[in-house]
Amino acid sequence: MTIKEKTKPKHLESEDLLQARTFAGDAWRQFRKHRLALVAIAVLAVIILGVVIGPLFWTLDPTYIDIVAAYQISSPEHPWGTDSLGRDTLARAMQGGRVSLMIGVSAMLVSISIGTIIGLLSGYFPRLDNPLMRITDIFIALPQLPLLLVLMMLFREPLKASFGVEGGVFILMVSVIGGLQWMPTARLVRGEVLTVKSREFITAANAVGSRDGRILRSHILPNVMSPVIVAATFSVAAAIITESALSFLGLGFPPDFPTWGRLLFDGKDYLTIIWTLVFWPGMLISLTVLCVNFIGDGLRDALDPRLRK
Amino acid sequence: MGKYIVRRLLTAIPTILVISFIIFAIVDLSPSDPTGNLPLTIPPEVRQKIREALGADDPFVVKYVKWLQQFFISEPLNFIESVFDVTFPGSEDRVRVISWATRGPVIDIIVERLPQTLWVVGSSYVLGVLIAVPVGVFSAYKQYSIFDQVGTFLMMIGFSVPTFFTGLMFIIIYSVNLKWFPSVYDTTLVVTDMETLQLQLRQMFMPVTVLTLYTTAQMSRYTRASTLENLQQDYIRTARSKGLTERVVVMTHAVRNSLIPVVTLIALGIPGIFAGALITEQIFRVNGIGQYLIIAIQGGDLPTVQTVTFIFAVLVVLFNIVADVLYGILDPRVTYS
Repeated sequence: MTIKEKTKPKHLESEDLLQARTFAGDAWRQFRKHRLALVAIAVLAVIILGVVIGPLFWTLDPTYIDIVAAYQISSPEHPWGTDSLGRDTLARAMQGGRVSLMIGVSAMLVSISIGTIIGLLSGYFPRLDNPLMRITDIFIALPQLPLLLVLMMLFREPLKASFGVEGGVFILMVSVIGGLQWMPTARLVRGEVLTVKSREFITAANAVGSRDGRILRSHILPNVMSPVIVAATFSVAAAIITESALSFLGLGFPPDFPTWGRLLFDGKDYLTIIWTLVFWPGMLISLTVLCVNFIGDGLRDALDPRLRK
Repeated sequence: MGKYIVRRLLTAIPTILVISFIIFAIVDLSPSDPTGNLPLTIPPEVRQKIREALGADDPFVVKYVKWLQQFFISEPLNFIESVFDVTFPGSEDRVRVISWATRGPVIDIIVERLPQTLWVVGSSYVLGVLIAVPVGVFSAYKQYSIFDQVGTFLMMIGFSVPTFFTGLMFIIIYSVNLKWFPSVYDTTLVVTDMETLQLQLRQMFMPVTVLTLYTTAQMSRYTRASTLENLQQDYIRTARSKGLTERVVVMTHAVRNSLIPVVTLIALGIPGIFAGALITEQIFRVNGIGQYLIIAIQGGDLPTVQTVTFIFAVLVVLFNIVADVLYGILDPRVTYS
């Protein structure tokens, strides 16, 4: 301590310069420059708040059938219109949004966890590298969308029986989407681990006798987190799109349990009469994915010190 | 180089076999019944006969080996016979992969449906690449200009908005309201004169545009990133400082190097053509391969699902090799070891 104070240059003593610049602070400063990412955060926040606490203010029951009010494009009582049974589209979009967002986040957690663990293991242990990367290659060669459709068709009934209709489809959706999207993360993490592993501080940690588990947890993992966070952001967007695509092809959630994709699927048959049925859920999917992608772009610039300006 | 290609192809064989096993096993777990869609009046004994004839009750290993033989031996032989107009001995009782739904060979249906997919999806891929490369290069060259900022914003939108939403919006705007283009693709249309050609172009317009938008967005983002990286390299400064014109610096020095990763990405994206067609074909009722797979999945037609999914997987493996080989041809720094 005393040495540090002695060698401290005189001109650095003013208060603001002495304030430590943290990694997170630097990242935030860089992130703020990405104006579109800031807008995206605001829009996404509105969407999330809308679907989470929106139903407190918009109290119409999304399942309430009101035949008299059916086939409305927009009216004072139903600003987003109604479907062929008179159910309110706004209320249904709020209900569906919660599921769609939950699926996006949960599938991201599954795929990022699998990808990070496989990447860490194959990057760090040379003996595991080849077999794990072969498995990754095989998973990459599997045709994603067809396989997702097949898996949905196969396991929907058994899981429905054991976890209920919504729970079963939810668990299935999250595990198949997460289980088929981890490969890019695994490759990314492996590459990062390979470069970090050859650095001096890992040699030092080895020299003081740290165990492999400790080195992986406290030295390597924090150093590969930045690209993982960016990959996680993009993977939320990918998962939301995949869920919507599956539901859109009729292999997702059941009709009385609408996600945004399912609303699109149901709405496309009434395209000529009530276009709002397709427009609003589609807009919500697109806006959410767009915002998440912009945030991912901003994070990538912010978290990579080489890209900072 | 030849050696490298042969080695890659040989190592691809076990991968393809493992994938075929995974796909076959997953699909085979399905409780689908080949007689499920038949009228209820058919008595159980007859149903049992049908199941036996189609081999639906065989043990898993028998079914898998039979399918391997049908797919890797019978179908290629049949293909050779039909192309070169020759007949091998035993061609009469060669068993092919039979669909449970149509009771006809799966490959024949795929061949029937391939042109539609290639026309609609293939042309949009080519078009998308042709637009994306100049846009990406120009956007990178004029970084932070209005063109670049508007361009990257639009690229992000095109990349984020799912094709099933753009497709439906196109139908609402151009088919329902403006009545410019038909929303359903008519496959029976044969192009014979100017009038039918015009009809064909009109019905192709919407699916092709939707897919082109998506491809363009994806590819131009990539081209832009790659060009930006190259424009900052030392050799560009060298080229400028020795007095080359800006045109030569960009077109011959920067772009040629920037396109190396783009070309490999284009190769890697080709198998995606078929998978990506799934949704677009479904929206516009194009009866291509993607729609065939969806029908097969919904109808529980297991041999079809197995075969089509496996063909997709083989394409992915093959085009991975193509991409790697192309990379080596285009970039002399890459050595094969």
